[in-house]
Amino acid sequence: MGNHKETYPLIRHLGLLLFLAGFGLFIGIFFLSDYRLTEEALQEAFSYKEEVAPMAVSQTLPDDTRPATPPPLYWLMVKEAEPMMGETYNWNFSFVDRLNDLFERTNERVLAIYGLSDDEIEKIIEVSRLETNLEYNTTLALAQLEGEGQLLEERQQLLRDYTGWMEGRTYETSEALEQELRSTLEGLEMGITEGEGISSYSAKGYLTSLVKYSTIGWIANYTWLFFWLAFGLSTAGALMYILPGLGTVAGIKHNNIFFSSLKNRGWLGVLLGTFLILFYIILYFYPYYMTNWILLVEPFCYWMTGNPASEFFLYGFLYTLAVLVMGVRMLIKYRHSNYHKIRTASLMFFQLAFAFIIPEILVALNKPYFDFKNIWPLNYDFFFDYRLDEFLANGTLGLFMLGWGIALIIIAVPLFTYLYGKRWYCSWVCGCGALAENLGDPFRQLSNKSVEAWNVERALVHSVLVFAVGMTIAVLYTYFTASSEFLGISTYTLREIYGFAIGAVFAGVVGTGFYPLMGNRVWCRYGCPLAAYIGIIQRFRSRFRITTNGGQCISCGNCSTYCEMGIDVRWYAQRGQNVVRASCVGCGICASVCPRGVLKLENKDPKGRFGNPILIGNEHVSVIE
Amino acid sequence: MKQVVIIGNGIAGITAARHIRKRSNYAITVISGESDHFYSRTALMYLYMGHMAYYNIKPYEDWFWPKNRIGLVRDWVTQVDTKHKKLRLQEKGEISYDILLIASGSHPRKGGWPGEEAPNVQGLYSLQDLERMEQQTKGIERGVVIGGGLIGVEMAEMLHSRNIAVSLVVREKEYWSNVLPPEEAAIISLHLRRQGIDLQLESELEEIIQDEKGNAKAVRLKGGKQVDCQFVGITIGVVPNISFLEGSGIETNRGILVDSCFRTNQPDVYAIGDCAEYHQPPAGRKSLEQIWYTGRIHGETVASTICGTPLTYKPGPWFNSAKFFDIEYQVYGEVPNLPKEDTETLFWQHLEHEQTIRIAWNKSSGAVKGFSLLGIRYRHEVCARWIKTSATIDSILPALGEANFDPEFHRRHEQEIRDLYEKQTGRTLATPVRKKFWKIFG
Ligand SMILES: Cc1cc2nc3c(=O)[nH]c(=O)nc-3n(C[C@H](O)[C@H](O)[C@H](O)COP(=O)(O)OP(=O)(O)OC[C@H]3O[C@@H](n4cnc5c(N)ncnc54)[C@H](O)[C@@H]3O)c2cc1C
Ligand code: SF4
Ligand code: SF4
Repeated sequence: MGNHKETYPLIRHLGLLLFLAGFGLFIGIFFLSDYRLTEEALQEAFSYKEEVAPMAVSQTLPDDTRPATPPPLYWLMVKEAEPMMGETYNWNFSFVDRLNDLFERTNERVLAIYGLSDDEIEKIIEVSRLETNLEYNTTLALAQLEGEGQLLEERQQLLRDYTGWMEGRTYETSEALEQELRSTLEGLEMGITEGEGISSYSAKGYLTSLVKYSTIGWIANYTWLFFWLAFGLSTAGALMYILPGLGTVAGIKHNNIFFSSLKNRGWLGVLLGTFLILFYIILYFYPYYMTNWILLVEPFCYWMTGNPASEFFLYGFLYTLAVLVMGVRMLIKYRHSNYHKIRTASLMFFQLAFAFIIPEILVALNKPYFDFKNIWPLNYDFFFDYRLDEFLANGTLGLFMLGWGIALIIIAVPLFTYLYGKRWYCSWVCGCGALAENLGDPFRQLSNKSVEAWNVERALVHSVLVFAVGMTIAVLYTYFTASSEFLGISTYTLREIYGFAIGAVFAGVVGTGFYPLMGNRVWCRYGCPLAAYIGIIQRFRSRFRITTNGGQCISCGNCSTYCEMGIDVRWYAQRGQNVVRASCVGCGICASVCPRGVLKLENKDPKGRFGNPILIGNEHVSVIE
Repeated sequence: MKQVVIIGNGIAGITAARHIRKRSNYAITVISGESDHFYSRTALMYLYMGHMAYYNIKPYEDWFWPKNRIGLVRDWVTQVDTKHKKLRLQEKGEISYDILLIASGSHPRKGGWPGEEAPNVQGLYSLQDLERMEQQTKGIERGVVIGGGLIGVEMAEMLHSRNIAVSLVVREKEYWSNVLPPEEAAIISLHLRRQGIDLQLESELEEIIQDEKGNAKAVRLKGGKQVDCQFVGITIGVVPNISFLEGSGIETNRGILVDSCFRTNQPDVYAIGDCAEYHQPPAGRKSLEQIWYTGRIHGETVASTICGTPLTYKPGPWFNSAKFFDIEYQVYGEVPNLPKEDTETLFWQHLEHEQTIRIAWNKSSGAVKGFSLLGIRYRHEVCARWIKTSATIDSILPALGEANFDPEFHRRHEQEIRDLYEKQTGRTLATPVRKKFWKIFG
């Protein structure tokens, strides 16, 4: 009985301790392992097929001659890795450095195999001078390449592709020809490393699996144990901290929030924000530094899907865990409100089933990864070529996925938003919403309520929508016309910029990393293009509104303070006007925290939805504009 | 251009200023000593409890005032000269006015008890009071709150939020039983005890006992019971701020006396809000109304009068709301706390939850007179309409669902209430209006 803090203090303190122990261990695990490169690790990372005997490699590949068949990357790698093999590294940072060197050396080798030697270049020039009077002739040039077999064919093809445009050009001097040829061959070399070697694009993935499979030490040996210690302890601890809340009298529990270092941007808040920001930066840009964590969920991932874990499985696992554990907290905190109980349960269900389990099962069954509740343009790669190809390659299921995704966009969103407002998605179904509502609940009061912030919000979120739509049109244009440029812009660059700036930095690093600094809906409010799209429908064509209750408002400000979307609800309530705002996600918290029962989320006849501001109680004056 | 000067930046003065701005081009100056900007007095408790920060309880951003050409002066008015239409300020000299609007609010009442002047004995009205309370309650173990009203329970909740033990001393048999009927009052009393409040019912303060430094260290109640404490909150009502009007010729009684257009006895001087006292209160209203929304209505009304369209004060049916820890309370119209001859009531109570509904109607005509609710929200617009139109109890009960304002998915109890009514009165109600099936939410 009595105050929140007084209920089962022992259990709560113990819970906090356990949580911190588990979480501390989790952080510690990041630094814990040693690393040793082995052939097995290389095989795993480069998906080396057993059919070719790996041991024969070093003998079949003398340094100075070209083989007849192009060697698998793995062979080159093993040879270059020889000096590193068996050596133990204590830090993933130095290990990654060495691996980067290794990649560089391997690429040099690839170049030596596929590229043109000085000898060959000189021969080409010589033969051009002698036979064609310095006119470049591809056939002649190709004839100068050495070697045999499949490799020679591939090299000739490369040379043809890259120097074809020089065909028939005549040069004043051999120097001029050599200059042109060499600068053209630079492009060819880049093409070789990207195509045959370790491309800049794939390096991240190779690094991540290499580091993961080179890990030695406790985590590698006792993975399940550490899994349970880190996640079991912190989950159990969190629940021990949360469950005693049941012993309090049900009601709004906001005491001392603004004195809390964690919840009011004190040092704890800044610390947590920093952790989250770093986590997202590593996740999106340097996943090979978090391999210990990935390794931690590897057995679980095998158990669940039969596949090895990637950084995104780790992320999905942590995300779902956070949504579930903090969902329990929400269920207890708002147990006096059926609206919040049902809504929170819905969020937990959709995250667990739709975002986590079903897609992983699909992958396990060799079907395309698909989150049935993720809607374009939040799901911004839905129309990317590789997704479309995947859908088309997967028969009925693939077509169903494609149709389902499109139906969500053009039927479900307008229809449900008309009936129930934006909330049907944003605070009942969406994964970003689930994390924001559950994990982010302690931070909702940090959203900025100023009119200035509102202006920034509208400008930003609608720009992102325009960007997302524009990018998608461009990508589709490329898909259907095979022209990689749209209105003079490279569609690949466009989609890369979107993925980096919006998909990773805005939605992840800023969107979640800034929870403890700017509130829990930074992404949903300022960045989410789907929210912008649904918001427009909610604003203009919906039955949803928040009704204000006559003249009962005392302008206390609880509603505005706890509105995660930074809506100044009080501004409407104190003038008796319905709240009809594009950004309102219908979380219902404003209505719950209002101490005077002023606010009610309702779906009603759209007629008169905006309402005139009326404050009941004064028979003589209604509010004047 | 007329100079309108307003004393007091509370809800009354500020509402008047905003409405005068909308209706006229007058120069508007608001003078107030307590704070630079308008803030919500009703939210003081949430500052102490850490639910909000000061910037959260300002209903308008600071740019709002210059943008709307409402001048703000932070100072105390010490004297009003109605003959020369001038005010004297404590620090910033003199200011003249064409129209003066006094909205100076009130301050906590004192009881004249021995020891009441101790530094750790205080009421709660202003930001300064709050600051003092903050100082005086740091790290203490027990506070005693005297007075069984709305601010008393707020103060109890405030202390409770900081894990300070609270004794709430109430003169009546149950908490707030001079307003609430016994059943409701008992529920609230029980709720306070469930929260851990030491409720001292039917007791009165006799003396505050001070230590050698002059700080209160205990209270002695009538009957001799002594409660040790390190803080005493006195919440026995508020008194209008009118002392600075001495010698101004403005007629006062408990408050500043005003007619139905808020005019005082002096030309071009008006008074509204907590500090105003009606010569002739409107039907069903007291002569001093010291609550938020009446201050707001005063402001809306007087603005029209000041801008040349005289309006009388005409509030609709009474309403109010409050929250006692976790129980919300709403009232519309009149629901007597004790049985009244011409009034019949229906009282419904949830079997487990702290939820009640009481509906009062006129015995002879059946006209519904009021709704009083704990833990359930009703729609102001619907209740006021029924009361104003003297709708009969038999006609409203079938449509009672219309009045419900609870969040979606909350249990509805209209049918139980109708059954209870039929059982209690032996009458049969018309079949209730059914909701359309596709209204899945709410
Ligand atoms: C803790 C608390 C909780 C409350 N909760 C509720 C509630 O839930 N619901 C409800 O309906 N009501 C509530 N009330 C009552 C409500 O807040 C008041 O009725 C209302 O604020 C009065 O407004 P006002 O504008 O008349 O005066 P005030 O808000 O008091 O404003 C008057 C201002 O004038 C200033 N002033 C006074 N004299 C001078 C002078 N000589 N010179 C310069 N400035 C001066 C004062 O310092 C003050 O700032 C509560 C009151 C308190 C104290
Ligand atoms: S206005 Fe209310 S329901 Fe809408 S987002 Fe804000 S707090 Fe949630
Ligand atoms: S929380 Fe309720 S009473 Fe307070 S400002 Fe908002 S609507 Fe008004």
